[in-house]
Amino acid sequence: MSARIIVRVQKESFDASTEAAALTQGRRDIGALVTFTGLCRDEGGALAALGIEHYPGMAEEEITRVAREAASRWPLEGIVAIHRYGLIQPGEPIVLVVTASTHRAEAFAAATFLMDYLKTEAPFWKKQHLSGSGPENWVESKAEDNAAVQKWRV
Amino acid sequence: MRALYFAFVRERIGKAEEEISPPENIKTVADLMGWLRGQGENYAAAFANIKTMRAALDRTHVKHDALIGNAREIAFFPPMTGG
Repeated sequence: MSARIIVRVQKESFDASTEAAALTQGRRDIGALVTFTGLCRDEGGALAALGIEHYPGMAEEEITRVAREAASRWPLEGIVAIHRYGLIQPGEPIVLVVTASTHRAEAFAAATFLMDYLKTEAPFWKKQHLSGSGPENWVESKAEDNAAVQKWRV
Repeated sequence: MRALYFAFVRERIGKAEEEISPPENIKTVADLMGWLRGQGENYAAAFANIKTMRAALDRTHVKHDALIGNAREIAFFPPMTGG
């Protein structure tokens, strides 16, 4: 397991291309780089912002654990996983997963695996702040997200 | 031990963390949730749906039948919705 693993939990925004470049800088052996960015959407104008709460310490540890698991399942050269917390406006990035490998199949699979696990195992909770004077609602976990993570457990 | 609460659990209890001293007969995570539920209306509201509650002992996910043992920190929270 030689993959370089970079995990960050932060309030600040990030630039996906800068983060991805950290994995390929000076390398000539990486043939595939998959970058996934999860963004805050406005739900057709209904959403003013998302408030993301996290469990400091455990959030970093869980993401690192999942990244190491990905590196043990696929021959990866590098992983970047960044998750934000705090108040996030529509259009802003929330989460970033970058996977680097020799060939594309491993990079795509590992990126999907990482996102499936991050959504259900990393201790983050989203609260919707609605436009106008609407109420604030905690986002409910989705059955399809739980089903998505189950498929990796076979 | 230190108890941490997140998301609606935190909101309903009205605090993010506290020091708790459960009695000797509280051995598992399920025991502790049952005990906390009896600590007041706010706790009863937070632990109204114990089945879907998630817990972590010293920052590791655990099931409800897990023994608390010598854990220093226990956290209670709803299913996660990150990503």
